[in-house]
Amino acid sequence: MQIWTLQTLNSLALGGLLFMLSSGFSLIFGLMRIANLTHGALFMLGTYVAATLVRQGQSLIVSALVSMLCMAVVGGLLERVILRRLSGNAQGQVLATLGLSFIAADFCLYVWGGDPIAVSTPALFQAPLEFLGVRFPTYRLVVLAVSLGVALALYLLMERTRLGAMIRAAVDDMGMARAVGIPASLLFTVVFCLGAGLAGFGGALAAPIFNAYPGLDADMLPLALIVVILGGVGSLFGTFIGSFIVGFVYSFGIFLVPDLAYVILFLPMVIVIAFKPQGLFGRAA
Amino acid sequence: MRKYPSRLWVLVLLLALGLLPLFAGEYYVNLSSQMLIAVIFASSLNLLVGYAGLTSLGHATYLGLSAYFSAWLGIKLGLGHAFTAPLAMALTTLVAMVFGWIALRATGLGFLMLTLALSQIIWGLAYRWVSVTNGDNGLSGLTRPTLPGIDLNVSANFYWFSLVVTTLCVAVIYQFANSPFGASIEGTKHQARRMSAMGYNVWAIRWITYVVAGFFGAVAGLLYVYFNKYIHPSVFSIAASAEVLLCVIAGGASTIIGPMIGAVLIVFLKSFASAYIERWTMLMGFVFLLIVMFLPRGLVFAQWPSWLQFKGKGHSKASGLGVKS
Repeated sequence: MQIWTLQTLNSLALGGLLFMLSSGFSLIFGLMRIANLTHGALFMLGTYVAATLVRQGQSLIVSALVSMLCMAVVGGLLERVILRRLSGNAQGQVLATLGLSFIAADFCLYVWGGDPIAVSTPALFQAPLEFLGVRFPTYRLVVLAVSLGVALALYLLMERTRLGAMIRAAVDDMGMARAVGIPASLLFTVVFCLGAGLAGFGGALAAPIFNAYPGLDADMLPLALIVVILGGVGSLFGTFIGSFIVGFVYSFGIFLVPDLAYVILFLPMVIVIAFKPQGLFGRAA
Repeated sequence: MRKYPSRLWVLVLLLALGLLPLFAGEYYVNLSSQMLIAVIFASSLNLLVGYAGLTSLGHATYLGLSAYFSAWLGIKLGLGHAFTAPLAMALTTLVAMVFGWIALRATGLGFLMLTLALSQIIWGLAYRWVSVTNGDNGLSGLTRPTLPGIDLNVSANFYWFSLVVTTLCVAVIYQFANSPFGASIEGTKHQARRMSAMGYNVWAIRWITYVVAGFFGAVAGLLYVYFNKYIHPSVFSIAASAEVLLCVIAGGASTIIGPMIGAVLIVFLKSFASAYIERWTMLMGFVFLLIVMFLPRGLVFAQWPSWLQFKGKGHSKASGLGVKS
């Protein structure tokens, strides 16, 4: 019982983290048709920044917010300085983000070294919650709650605000949106900052669970890709569902058949792709 | 019309390459063997990236799988190289058929993301499935095949062997790309809808190209594992797939010569740079950025001084397939 609860919570926490990572990827892709392969690296950078700050005695929440801000700035610069010059060249943009992800990964290795940096769970959440004789690791619950909060905030942002309406309009029909005076150019930067910031925030929250280690980017990026392929690129709801599917499949896969966890991850993707190439909630291209 | 490269120049080049071990040191002979392997590998990917216009970020899967199959069949089943080589190529091609079927559910960026995700699954499998792949330790203690009277453990012999295989592969790829079928591949790249309106099965053409590319990737994988006598899961990494893609793009996709030049340069750069700096990955990232931003069509299409100008056949000029949309 204990082990199953633990695994379920691990899955939910991983799903929540994946949502914070993939929702940004999905938003950027939906709006700009850019597959931002630096997203894994931004996540990892977020983890490292948070790990460093926590080591210097900052609280995790402050560190996470700082990580988010840093990554938002990095994302904005990335979009303004590099991707903008390549607009209209989808392949060039992907390859540029790929190149940047190598630079970022090697930068982390250079700055923080090859050894993993352990980050302790905040003291407040160290004691497990006990309920009906089953113990729940508190921090996993916190991560889940925060990610649900982020999901709700994103939903409200997209559906209830002027900015969200502009983004939706631009996703639907860029030419028309520009014609009615929506500042698409500004939206690109805003969405890039938002997506990168979310990745950094997720990375920071992941620090006590995964620790900061080189290669975290390469571990997370494929999961994010599978999430958006499953859920449908550009669909926030699809990303939400996809994140938790992948979270469950991956966590339980590692727990039950550690050797083949990655193959099991492959199955839902193949099934969905076979029947609905645009993903569960994606719109046909 | 397509211009064939002058036979004379090809012969002179091959002769020069064949004579190389007579005056170059062991280090350079081995480096050249690695370049030849990279040439096959990049040329195979070029079929997809250059001719079919499908950017794959998972091509290392085929080099790695073929190397692993060969190693595993040799170590675990004790088969000789005469059996492992064709089996490894066949199994890898089979995987390419399945992966091609999945990845080609999408085109463009979707294809790229699917190939990346698929290759990462194999990468994870190679690390995690320790009972088969030996995990992070990799498979070592492998041997090179023996040809009658030729000891491939001598680096010059291995170089000549690679040269023969590479020449064969590039010749076949060249013929394939310049065949009527090759023209239809380029047709699906430029004018997919018109091609299907004319009755071509665009999906099947792309799938066949994918499988052929996977097959030649498998050939490169065999040479790779023979050369290194060792195989590690990092052959499947994103960096490995990106490196071969960089060879293709740096040289100039959709030409035969471009990826070959790219492969030679990138292998040279990698070996040269690692003598001085530790950070090949970061350098590769910068090279990627530079190429994408300043030489998007690759070196062979760059604005060289006229006496250096490559008289190649750009796809858009040579294909003659309809108006650009």
